Order: sequence, then structure tokens, then C-alpha cells
Amino acid sequence: MLIRVTPERLNPEEAIEAVRRDEAGAVDVFLGIVRNTNKGRAVDHLVYDAYPSMAEKTMRELAEEALARFDLTDSAVLHRTGRLEIGETSLLVAVSAGHRAATFEAGHWLVNEVKRRVPVWKKEVWADGEEWIEGPESLGMERAPATMRGS
Amino acid sequence: MVITVLFFASLADAVGTRELSLAHVAGDTVASVRDRLIAVHPQVSEFTETLLYAVDEEYADEDAPVPAGATLALIPPVSGG
Repeated sequence: MLIRVTPERLNPEEAIEAVRRDEAGAVDVFLGIVRNTNKGRAVDHLVYDAYPSMAEKTMRELAEEALARFDLTDSAVLHRTGRLEIGETSLLVAVSAGHRAATFEAGHWLVNEVKRRVPVWKKEVWADGEEWIEGPESLGMERAPATMRGS
Repeated sequence: MVITVLFFASLADAVGTRELSLAHVAGDTVASVRDRLIAVHPQVSEFTETLLYAVDEEYADEDAPVPAGATLALIPPVSGG
């Protein structure tokens, strides 16, 4: 199991090799990419903050849950921190299993749970300002009044 | 003994620091520590509606105990990915 929160560039090949097994007929890889626009506004770059020790602990717990829940052979979850430019990879999830269906389901579930629970935050920086984003899918927003969950 | 309190993202900007220490009081809970914090940094109260808490890196309810020496993290809605 490969789990890492790091300011260094994420390498998909490393995650793929970490989960590759002779008995696994499928590897599913997800890359979260820094997009150049959000809600119609041009994004210049993102800055990610994290609680690294808890983020890695939470990612490991989710990866272990995914192994059991979807009968995976292995999984890798990596998140980058610090300043990321447009087109760079912020999140990397790779899972392997005997057959492809389990990897698609597990990858989908893991990415959703990472966005919901892992203590990482992104700040959007525009040409004329910046703002910390509150994830609409986050556990914290599930407690918010409906008016705050508009996005 | 003390409690270490951690702030992140928007909350760290609002408080102006990422970490501070508070004196531990017998029977402390997440809520009691948070309320002492708000007395010093009233801007924290603007975040409480969506704030989550972690005691020693585990998500914790407001009535969870905070032992002496513990680390309490105040966690605004996460937005990783």
C-alpha cells in the first residue's frame, strides 16, 4: 500500500508499479488535475494546505477499507501539497484487483471518500484575488445549513 | 500540561497562526477548549457551523474528551482532490 502527502510532483508510473500484482488483471488509475477555470472564473494556480500526518492516516484507513470492501489486491493514494500550476496532478489514486469491475468501483469510491474526509484544502488564486475553497462534498459541509450548500 | 491547537487553510488565515498552546483544564472536551479559544480569538466563532474537530488525528465529536498533552485540530470543510 502506497500512501503519501508530499510537495513533490506525483508520478502515476510509481503508483501503478506499487499496485501491480501477478494475480491482478486490472489496474485503475485516477488523476485529479488542476483545471484552468472554476465556476466561470479563470484560475491562475492552486495552493494546497494539509494536515499531513492526519491526511496520511486517513488516506491509509480509506485505502484499507477499500481493500476489504472491493476485494482489491492493493491500492495507492497520493496527494500533493503546496503551489500547483494548471495541468499538474494534485491527487493520484491507483487500485488493482483480479478483474476490472472491482477496480472501477473502488477507484470511484476512494476518490469520493478522499474528497469527503482527508484534511487537505485548496486555495484558488485568480489574477485579482484568492479564496480558500470549502469542498461541497466534505464531511463538514454535510452539517451546514442548506443555504450554505448551494454550490 | 498543555493542549496543542492546530489551524489550517481559511481558519489559519483568520486566526493568524497555524498552532498555539492552551493550558489544559480537568474535564476538557472539544467544546470546552473551542469555547476558551473563541474567548481569545472570537473570529473562530464564524467557522463553527461547518467546523470538524480531530483529537490526536482522529475525527472527534464536540463532547469528546481532550486529555492533557493532546493535539486538537480545527478542520474547516476539506477540499482536497
